[in-house]
Amino acid sequence: MTLTVPPPTALATVLEARQDDPRATPPLQLIDEAGEPTALGVQVGIDVDLAQEMHADMVLARRLDSEALALQRQGELHLWLMSWGQEAAQVGSVRAVRDTDMIFPSYREHAVALCRRIAPADIMRQWRGVSHSGWDPAESKVHINSLVLGTQTLHATGYAAGVRMDGADEVVLTYFGDGAASQGDVNEALNWAAASSLPVLFFCQNNQWAISTPTDTQMRTPLHVRAAGFGVTGYHVDGNDAMAVHAVTRYAAEQVRRGVGPALVEARTYRLAGHSSSDDPQRYRTDDEQQQWLAKDPVVRLERFLRGVGVEEAHFADLAARADAFAATVREQCRALHGEDLASVFDQTYAEPHPVMAEERAAFVARRDRAVA
Amino acid sequence: MATRYSLGAAINAGLRAAMAHDDKVVVMGEDVGTLGGVFRVTDGLAAEFGADRVVDTPLAESGIVGTAIGLALRGYRPVCEIQFDGFVYPAFDQIVSQLAKMRARSQGRLALPIVIRIPVGGGIGAVEHHSESNEAYFAHTAGLRVVSCANPDDAFHMIQQAIASDDPVVFYEPKRRYWDKGEVEDEPTRSLHEAAVLRDGSDCTLVAHGPTVATALAAADAAREDGFSVGVVDLRTLSPLDVATLRKVAAESHRVVVVHEASTFLGIGAEIAATITESCFYDLEAPVLRVGAYNLPYPPAHLESDFLPDVDRVLEAVETSLNF
Repeated sequence: MTLTVPPPTALATVLEARQDDPRATPPLQLIDEAGEPTALGVQVGIDVDLAQEMHADMVLARRLDSEALALQRQGELHLWLMSWGQEAAQVGSVRAVRDTDMIFPSYREHAVALCRRIAPADIMRQWRGVSHSGWDPAESKVHINSLVLGTQTLHATGYAAGVRMDGADEVVLTYFGDGAASQGDVNEALNWAAASSLPVLFFCQNNQWAISTPTDTQMRTPLHVRAAGFGVTGYHVDGNDAMAVHAVTRYAAEQVRRGVGPALVEARTYRLAGHSSSDDPQRYRTDDEQQQWLAKDPVVRLERFLRGVGVEEAHFADLAARADAFAATVREQCRALHGEDLASVFDQTYAEPHPVMAEERAAFVARRDRAVA
Repeated sequence: MATRYSLGAAINAGLRAAMAHDDKVVVMGEDVGTLGGVFRVTDGLAAEFGADRVVDTPLAESGIVGTAIGLALRGYRPVCEIQFDGFVYPAFDQIVSQLAKMRARSQGRLALPIVIRIPVGGGIGAVEHHSESNEAYFAHTAGLRVVSCANPDDAFHMIQQAIASDDPVVFYEPKRRYWDKGEVEDEPTRSLHEAAVLRDGSDCTLVAHGPTVATALAAADAAREDGFSVGVVDLRTLSPLDVATLRKVAAESHRVVVVHEASTFLGIGAEIAATITESCFYDLEAPVLRVGAYNLPYPPAHLESDFLPDVDRVLEAVETSLNF
């Protein structure tokens, strides 16, 4: 394969210099907590239109979260996993790859799903308990959620092997968390993808907590440093800075697309909510910590930036109205979701006839029909 | 025209035929490329089809099955080799939680046409973890199909049928029978999920699969010399079981003895005994008996001949059944 080397940019120069440093590097930032461009942000330049679009995505994702949590509290959903605080990491990264690039998510990537135009109903289906997954991966190019931690990173790696055999110029993006980074599957995937030089982009949302286990209990070596040990290029970005996530992920994705092998982006972020609607984070972390991270809120930060560059109040009012309408849709779609008959599970387990299952299915259907009659 | 092959060579020929037939078929596993696998089952395939389609993988069983799932999602038909039965456990989650369930989890949208080949069973004097019979774990799991070949003809055809299946198939190969030779027909005589009645018997029927089919046939021969008509069924398919054939032989011979290498507790024999008892209770003259390994960890090689079922133990069970 012939590698075409893109012309160096300010960002590329910084990122390439970082590759020569085997130590942990601070997360790269383009916009600071106050919403001001950093020196690098000024140097690289920030696309205000893109910032506006991503801000809207993040606002809607956050609204899905708050509505879904309320629906869970009302008994309409069995469980909800909040992505509150991680919107920039998700929106910034998914928008940095092409719509034709396959994604293998974990289970908290609701913002990613929304950006791939997956309907709220299809995102909530699984959590309402009507099916184990919601959408058709062939349409959205987002694989169904993986709840057993890290398993999806191997699926992404195998899929990438297929991409390469097909001679396609696709990148395979897979999401996992700091907790999943301790799983054997994630380490097998990093090693495998590097050994075979496959086009996989590993994206870790390091949200500091694996339920109640803090990152320093999970690992001694930061993930973006560990990557180098596998032969995977590691990047470290401020996961609450949507523009930085987008810029770094896009750079990493295009490197991967050129065929230089896999990359890993570690996005330093924070899960502002509990692990799930069943979790109580006050049992394991302090209010102080929560307050410190609230000050880094990715949605607030991007809004400050947009206001700072002169985006008018009318825009934010329109967006708020759009979010309200979206929230109504979320509630309506959730309540309209109903489960299929158990007979459908018999039909969906095997592709080909299975006489033993057919006998059981017939017995089930007969019993069900007697009950109805 | 029939050709004579060893069982291992028959699988090799079957893999070659499947790869020639469908360029989406990819063979992957530890040492399957240049070496041709530790049992040489993939011998020559890398030279013929190239390193992209005969993939020497890292030594990572979870990775082998996990990446095979990704390849299948991309449209390929991977055939994974697990080097030895006892090495499949690191891949257990990928097989049981991912491979088996993906179709149901996706409401039937995602097909995973993957074959996992596992050399199985003891009797070859191997060190620990190289002689296990773990079929019950996988047969217990909805979403998988589990088959077990016992002779070269089945080995050749069943591997191709398994690869052609749109469902995931765990494919057991009886490693102590790899070198047994037999005729291989050009066309398959049975579908993948059909048991074979190898011998009719009016007094009792032995039900075996994989490595114990030969044991059962030898026991039936010995019983015939004593004047008893003992039938033999080669299960071939463990999930789904060919329940119709089991019911038929139970009704005809009234006595059934199941013979397998796995420990008897919650083994396939227990399922067969329960299935026959539930549906053929009044046809039976004796309870369905099981002859299997003792319920112990697989012992050191010097002790395995006492551990595994042999002709004498099968004949004792037949006698118990006849005298019941």
